[in-house]
Amino acid sequence: MSSERPVISCKNIWKVFGDDPEGYLAKMPPDMSFDEMSEDGYIAGVKDVSLDVNKGEMLVIMGLSGSGKSTLVRCFSRLHDITSGTIEVAGQDIMSLAEKDLIELRRSKMGMVFQSFGLLPHRSVLENIAFPLEMRGQDKHTRRERALEVIKLVGLEGREDFFPRELSGGQQQRVGIARSLAIEPDIWFLDEPFSALDPLIRKEMQDEFLRLQQLLKKTIVFITHDFDEALRLADRIAIMKEGAIEQCDTPDKIVLKPATEYVRKFTEDVDKARVVRAGGLAEADQTGTGDPVDASQTVRKMARMLVDDTRDFIPVSRAGKPIGALSRAEALDVLLGDQ
Amino acid sequence: MVALSKKTAEAITCNRAAMLLLAVAVILTTLQYAAVLPAWLHRIPDAMVPPFAAWLDVVFNFVKDDLGLLKFTRFFTEGLENVLDTTGNIFFGKYRWPHLGPMPWTAVAGVAAVIGYSLGGWRLALLGGGTFVWTALIGQWNIAMETMSVLVVAAPLAFVIGLSFGIAAWKYAWVNKAIRPVLSVLQTLPFFTYLLPAVIFFKVGPTAGAMATIVYAIPPMILMTTLGLQKVPLEVIEAGKMAGCTRFQMLRHVYIPSARGDILVGVNQVIMLCLAMVVLTAFIGMPGLGAKLLAMMGSFKLGRSLEIGITIVLLAVTLDRMSKAWAVKQPVHFDKGTSWFCRHKTLVSALCVIVGFTLLSKVVPIAGTIERGQDFSQGKELDNFIKWLLAVDGVQSVTYGIRYVLNVWVLNPFRDFMLSIPTPAMIMMVVAFAVWLGGRRQGIIAAIFFGLIALSGWWDRSIITLYSVLAAVSIAMLLGIPLGIWASQSDKWSRRILIACDTAQTFPSFIYLIPAIMLFGITATAVVGSILIFAMVPLTRYTIEGLRTVPPEMTEAADMAGATRMQKLVNVQLPLALPTMAVGFNQAIMFAFFMVIIAAFIGTQDLGQELQRTLAGTDLGKNFVLGICVSLMALTFDVVIMKWATDKKHALGLA
Repeated sequence: MSSERPVISCKNIWKVFGDDPEGYLAKMPPDMSFDEMSEDGYIAGVKDVSLDVNKGEMLVIMGLSGSGKSTLVRCFSRLHDITSGTIEVAGQDIMSLAEKDLIELRRSKMGMVFQSFGLLPHRSVLENIAFPLEMRGQDKHTRRERALEVIKLVGLEGREDFFPRELSGGQQQRVGIARSLAIEPDIWFLDEPFSALDPLIRKEMQDEFLRLQQLLKKTIVFITHDFDEALRLADRIAIMKEGAIEQCDTPDKIVLKPATEYVRKFTEDVDKARVVRAGGLAEADQTGTGDPVDASQTVRKMARMLVDDTRDFIPVSRAGKPIGALSRAEALDVLLGDQ
Repeated sequence: MVALSKKTAEAITCNRAAMLLLAVAVILTTLQYAAVLPAWLHRIPDAMVPPFAAWLDVVFNFVKDDLGLLKFTRFFTEGLENVLDTTGNIFFGKYRWPHLGPMPWTAVAGVAAVIGYSLGGWRLALLGGGTFVWTALIGQWNIAMETMSVLVVAAPLAFVIGLSFGIAAWKYAWVNKAIRPVLSVLQTLPFFTYLLPAVIFFKVGPTAGAMATIVYAIPPMILMTTLGLQKVPLEVIEAGKMAGCTRFQMLRHVYIPSARGDILVGVNQVIMLCLAMVVLTAFIGMPGLGAKLLAMMGSFKLGRSLEIGITIVLLAVTLDRMSKAWAVKQPVHFDKGTSWFCRHKTLVSALCVIVGFTLLSKVVPIAGTIERGQDFSQGKELDNFIKWLLAVDGVQSVTYGIRYVLNVWVLNPFRDFMLSIPTPAMIMMVVAFAVWLGGRRQGIIAAIFFGLIALSGWWDRSIITLYSVLAAVSIAMLLGIPLGIWASQSDKWSRRILIACDTAQTFPSFIYLIPAIMLFGITATAVVGSILIFAMVPLTRYTIEGLRTVPPEMTEAADMAGATRMQKLVNVQLPLALPTMAVGFNQAIMFAFFMVIIAAFIGTQDLGQELQRTLAGTDLGKNFVLGICVSLMALTFDVVIMKWATDKKHALGLA
């Protein structure tokens, strides 16, 4: 997305669970499968993953339960120590950080939201949200002021003195989100934040989340097992299976060109016209003629125009600048599901 | 499949080994009856018994004098004495610094009511206030306050020590490993074994009593703390780490507050065990309710004993309900603009009550102390009534009949039979039982434990102890299990009986002697009677719980298969409830081993009697040997039965 260096950059990372993961990994033949490792009593939580997360992008890691997505995100924040490989976060090799520096990194740069909220039951909403600030030693007054700011941001005014137990699930997760934002983190980890909520609340919270992201423009790693949610939110999606990444690409590419059979199965029932955008179809070596369409338009939104138009190639522009043109026939294929 | 068949094969060899051991045991016993068994096979000759007691004494003396432990503990004793004197002054006006007390009884009752109200509303307020009003009116204020003044020191100390050890055991695996076996021994060690070291190291009286109480109450606190800390949800821990907590911040702000519920359950157990032990420390000269009860029972003043018993029970129930209510109490927010007084209304009203009643007692003396002769005690009248009641022909013939039948036809023959079994045969029988129910490991443990008892030189007395326990628990099963089965058939009665069991379990064990002595006088039947009542509680309770927690789809399946109530009970409910009932059985055995030692007070011929005798001297070695004998027997049962219960639960897919 940008030419700056990535915020998180990991190379060939492994996370193996078992009695002696380092020893096992060192002796293991390189092409061992997940099942073969299981037979030896070792679980490959993360299997040879290399991945960059760029500044300001939203990377969604998608996978079914047990695919290693939660383990991977915990490696980024070193809640898990990786078995081998390197992870750089904000330019620092986090595996070489001393405990003190790691704590400092978490206190100043990272925020995390958990699936079952992880709220402290004995603290009120305000105290929960101010908790990270308290830990880094801010005084009561500034802490309170900042907490009230975030409470307003997530729309929980008037509930400052409530205890987690007295709130609904959606409200509890708002507290979790507010807490993770209190320290103004650069990197925001969200581990299946909406999975524990019922479908209607989930939709509402996704909208709320998109609104927040418009406002804050954080670097985000978002975990989900819900493919639709991934398509809805992501700049890029990484699909995981048995600890390894099957494909990491933009939603358009994933839907249009699934890399493996496993990925294709996910895309099967997706209404591609709602996912694929003009930008994804644009071919850079084409120019086309006439009025351009904006890159962020979905095929579904352009449907009437695509049917009525007669041009073979329609120019596509992003932020006013032409980036190529899309083939109308191809776009119609997507619209009609003839892909 | 491979693993399964391996397991089955192992079970078969175990069963064969058990049968073989049993057969040899039977042969040995038969030979004994045929009078052809050589004497050295019947009992280990005295010459072969190693002088464990003397060895232990050498070790104790070394630690006590040469390492200077005694100096240290005596120094510690002075500190403890000062604290106890202070609480003594506040509660019952001991002439001592800070010269504040005694607190008027009305103030204490008022504060109890305020605390009760804030924890559980009007019912707890009534219970808390009522308990202290009763205590004052019945004329037991001073002795009750003597007990309380030790309790308020012992319980917090036990809490702090238990919490620290619990945290250490949770944090460091090696501490946990080192502490576990010690805790199991401590929990099965008869309380007399706590008392003598306390006396030797901490002087007779309140300090020794407080020390024994503290040590006795620590183990469950350690276990509950470790358990609670282990149960903190992973995401809460991760949230704490992501907030950038240091290790100490994690413990202080994340782990301990999140484990609050379990830790407070530990506090509840600490308080209850402290109360039970404080009462029992009467045996080493601790003044208070226990001492009075001991004296009254000793002189067969049953009316008085009953009144003191009621006071102890009320105190126990009050402390139990209040601490339980505290454990489940959840924080509630106040509306905006609530004043400071409203936010702290418990504190404010408690202070008002103290000041108000203290002032009142200056004007109206009876609100301060109730003098002798002003109380409502009906002790004498009750004494006479009970004596009259027991002398009524019908009652007398019934209790006499029960006593006669039990003694002559059941208890004595059973005891004589147990004693007639040759030592090796007895050990083999126990090992066979352990191998059959538990497995090879349990068999080895049983062999070592009972082998040690045989070598201790106290075999006969150990067997008499075991006999009392087995006899009482068997009779308790005959009564308790049918009661449980019957109660479990209806919601209403299961609830009622469970509440009754819960309440009964909070009573300090000493209390159970009162009804036994009342009915059967000072006889062997009373010993079995008191154990029986005490052991029946867990049996009934776990029977109900086991039957009530059978998964509903299984009972529904039985109903749809057209099973009658009886068929359902026998074929579905009982088999599934059996592991839970086994836990109850185990607890009954543990309770029985505890009670049988207390029953030494009535007069027994077992280990308890010898233990009680050691209290008069300084025979620490012998005291320990006796205590360990009880502990080893109890642990053997515990290890075997719990193994069986967990195995069975796994096999049934209930765990």
